Amino acid sequence: MSDSKNNPQDLDPEVKEKLRAQANALVEQIDAGEYGQAMTLINDLSEVRDQSLYREVGRLTRSLHEAIRNFQIDPRNAEQQEALSMMTDASDRLEYVVQKTGQAANRTMDLAEDAMPRAHAMRDEAALLRDEWQRLRRREMQPAEFRDLYGRIDNFFVTLAGDADLICGNLSEILLAQDFQDLTGQVIQKVTALVKEVEEHLLSLVVMASHVDQLTGTVHELEAKEISAEQGVGPQIKAEEREDVVAGQDDVDDLLSSLGF
Amino acid sequence: MKILIVDDFSTMRRIIKNLLRDLGFTNTDEADDGNTALPMLRSGKYDFLVTDWNMPGMSGFDLLKAVRADENLKTLPVLMVTAEAKRDQIVAAAQAGVNGYVVKPFTAAVLKEKIEKIFERIQ
Repeated sequence: MSDSKNNPQDLDPEVKEKLRAQANALVEQIDAGEYGQAMTLINDLSEVRDQSLYREVGRLTRSLHEAIRNFQIDPRNAEQQEALSMMTDASDRLEYVVQKTGQAANRTMDLAEDAMPRAHAMRDEAALLRDEWQRLRRREMQPAEFRDLYGRIDNFFVTLAGDADLICGNLSEILLAQDFQDLTGQVIQKVTALVKEVEEHLLSLVVMASHVDQLTGTVHELEAKEISAEQGVGPQIKAEEREDVVAGQDDVDDLLSSLGF
Repeated sequence: MKILIVDDFSTMRRIIKNLLRDLGFTNTDEADDGNTALPMLRSGKYDFLVTDWNMPGMSGFDLLKAVRADENLKTLPVLMVTAEAKRDQIVAAAQAGVNGYVVKPFTAAVLKEKIEKIFERIQ
């Protein structure tokens, strides 16, 4: 909705015509000394004003309602459809994002934690065998030791193939675990679009409300709300553009050392 | 060395727990906010506290103040690992007696450096 539409000076042509007719009638009544009828006309005039405001509020409410009703995701399969059809409001959708990202993070960590000890063991055994191999090449090895090494190398190759398979499998599952990005991205974009739409409509309502206040001469006493950072405000967006926020660990360290830390 | 990790997100607790294990600290416990952490600290003989700031219930900042106000806990080393990045907050944490401040997102190297620095000072 454009600003000009909110401006009382740019009302509906129908309302304007009505106002003009009634204003002229009012002047005529006063000139004629018909004060009783003039007062009735003034009431009619304010009713015309109120009605145009009500109409506008009603229109905004309808489009706001429409915006919320239209807020649906496009499910790609039956399973998602069932899961998503239950989510009828934005906070549920954001909860879904928290869940999905949490699941992906945990899945990724499970797979990495599973692979890590095997990679460590591979590294350690390879280092050990390399040392033994060097000893063999320098002809420092007894026949009994060589037979032992021979078996150990055999075992190493078997475990190596198995562990490398497992690590490869885990890595490709880690890649797959990132598929949440597609789903959460869609949900967040929908929620962002809704928030923008609601903001626009709310802004229109605020502008209208201020016109109502102007017309009725209402003055609101707004208490300044003190914002405390003690409970925490969360991550800072666009930190590098702001003076009161650190841009990274280096800034934190500089700040703390300036305080004698 | 017994360490308490306080963060409302289990994934972040797990990341910190893993990094601490890589640094050789395997004796760790977890709590999801200050209200859960404080009784654990009072009864558990912890040597080190790693806490987030922004948590439901009791925040990490309030937990820090509660620790410093407690006769038995006031010397406990506290490392804040948090997304809170306002200069005023960092100054407030320093004044409340924090021993180190790591801003999220962080790297394993940064966490290691700050923990080592804290232990260096204590010893």
